Amino acid sequence: MNTKVNLAGITLHNPVMTASGTFGSGEEYSEFVDLNRLGAVVTKGVANIPWEGNPTPRIAETESGMLNAIGLQNPGIEVFCKRDIPFLRKYDTKIIVNVCGKTTGDYCTVVERLANEDVDMLEINISCPNVKEGGIAFGQNPKAVEAITKEVKKRARQPIIMKLSPNVTDITEMARAAEAGGADVLSLINTLTGMKIDIHKRAFALANKTGGLSGPAIKPIAVRMVYQAAKAVKLPIVGMGGIASWEDAVEFLMAGATAVSIGTANFYNPHATIDVVNGIEKFMKLNQIKDIHEIIGMV
Amino acid sequence: MSKVDKKSIVKKTCEIVSQEQLTTDVYSVWIQTEGIGKVAKPGQFVSLFSKSGSKLLPRPISICEVDVLNDRLRLVYRRIGYGTREYSQMQQGDRIEVMGPLGNGFPDKDKKALLIGGGVGIPPLVELAKQLDCEMNVVVGYRDELFLVEDLKKYADVYIATEDGSEGTKGNVLDAIKANGIEAEVIFACGPTPMLRAIKDYAKEHNIECYLSLEERMACGIGACLGCVCKSKEVDYHTNVHNKRICKDGPVFESSEVEI
Repeated sequence: MNTKVNLAGITLHNPVMTASGTFGSGEEYSEFVDLNRLGAVVTKGVANIPWEGNPTPRIAETESGMLNAIGLQNPGIEVFCKRDIPFLRKYDTKIIVNVCGKTTGDYCTVVERLANEDVDMLEINISCPNVKEGGIAFGQNPKAVEAITKEVKKRARQPIIMKLSPNVTDITEMARAAEAGGADVLSLINTLTGMKIDIHKRAFALANKTGGLSGPAIKPIAVRMVYQAAKAVKLPIVGMGGIASWEDAVEFLMAGATAVSIGTANFYNPHATIDVVNGIEKFMKLNQIKDIHEIIGMV
Repeated sequence: MSKVDKKSIVKKTCEIVSQEQLTTDVYSVWIQTEGIGKVAKPGQFVSLFSKSGSKLLPRPISICEVDVLNDRLRLVYRRIGYGTREYSQMQQGDRIEVMGPLGNGFPDKDKKALLIGGGVGIPPLVELAKQLDCEMNVVVGYRDELFLVEDLKKYADVYIATEDGSEGTKGNVLDAIKANGIEAEVIFACGPTPMLRAIKDYAKEHNIECYLSLEERMACGIGACLGCVCKSKEVDYHTNVHNKRICKDGPVFESSEVEI
């Protein structure tokens, strides 16, 4: 039985990864999860310098989902390289570093700093809805998507994944723009911009007023967008958005994703990633699927 | 990441031993755990999960008492929203998902202690009072209805403040401290943020060592998501910015470490 998948020349021992920002750099979850069993760990976004993030409250629960407005708090690339990369390297999993920035220059600085580091791929976050500069500002305009992809690609030693925002009218336009800019892989979706009001306090539930909606509530939107993007471009796609079970993961694979990421589910089921790995294997055995590629994009 | 730290947090389905209602909206539940009750410390908390498939995030609830011998935890909480309403309806034999123990807990100090609690910040003081082996006083503040007073009286003198003046000193916990001339070498406090802010100032003014237990909206509960941070005076060792993770590095902080 083959569960190995290939993303831009990097072979993952299975298609299950973590969604950026939900798993730190793996240390906290290593109490619950054998990181060796994951296809890849995608780290929380890291910038050229430390970021303080947004004021609290940063979290609000919603029906079948949650809003977050962390604001990309991160320790900066230097601490990340010194501490987080060596930690992850102890495990037999691929390391994908999520890169964030306020300007194109910021992104490029991080990408250049990582050029000689022992990491497998870079995921470029042009889709965070919770920061005023950078993030989504790059991800809602096809010209900007193509331009930043080109700039990053010029400097990157590792393959690059462009992480797309669902807060757009036509996801295929952004997918094509990233492909035109030279992206190796696409990942989608990031969170959907939402809002919650606490009627008893008569105030916004989040200090940032708006936040990114994630969790099972957004899954049908994510499946649709992965399907559309997979049809629109030749690049492999990492699908995510509300995956909580192996059934959800298989749905994304069938929609055309080559790999999948588990995000919000980690918060309420710290074993979620391993449950999905085990579930996919059982599903393949039961249905006599010899190679996971048999189901990728099958619908 | 030591060997002991690994596997220290567990998530298990646990059984309700008993539950009782203490006031109009405060409940006390004993839970049979599978390991948490053997290792939990005062000031730590657990995450309780909802049975509803649409309420995803666990609710962080402080530990009121630990029964090490029987591996049980007592939690005392206020019924506020959907999650706590669900927990309040649980009866003996019902099962609930529990993750813990989480957070650091109160440090052990051997000097004249003052334990201060406000509202549902009072429960963690019970186990703390039980375990501290030193001279101590307890000051607790309520809006109106009292709870856990008898439990605390087993271990220390208890002074009460109520907003409506129906019991003890009329006013807040600091009013009760001043009215009773209570002195201390170390303060442990848990309660609403305005109360903690006032205690932080009081401790600084009187040059008293002080530990505060903070709360915030949480998601993961284990330090990964950075949802529940507080501002710190110095750059934090882990985050490398002026933020500390309440769930992992707290909820108890030395008061001068944090900006609240």
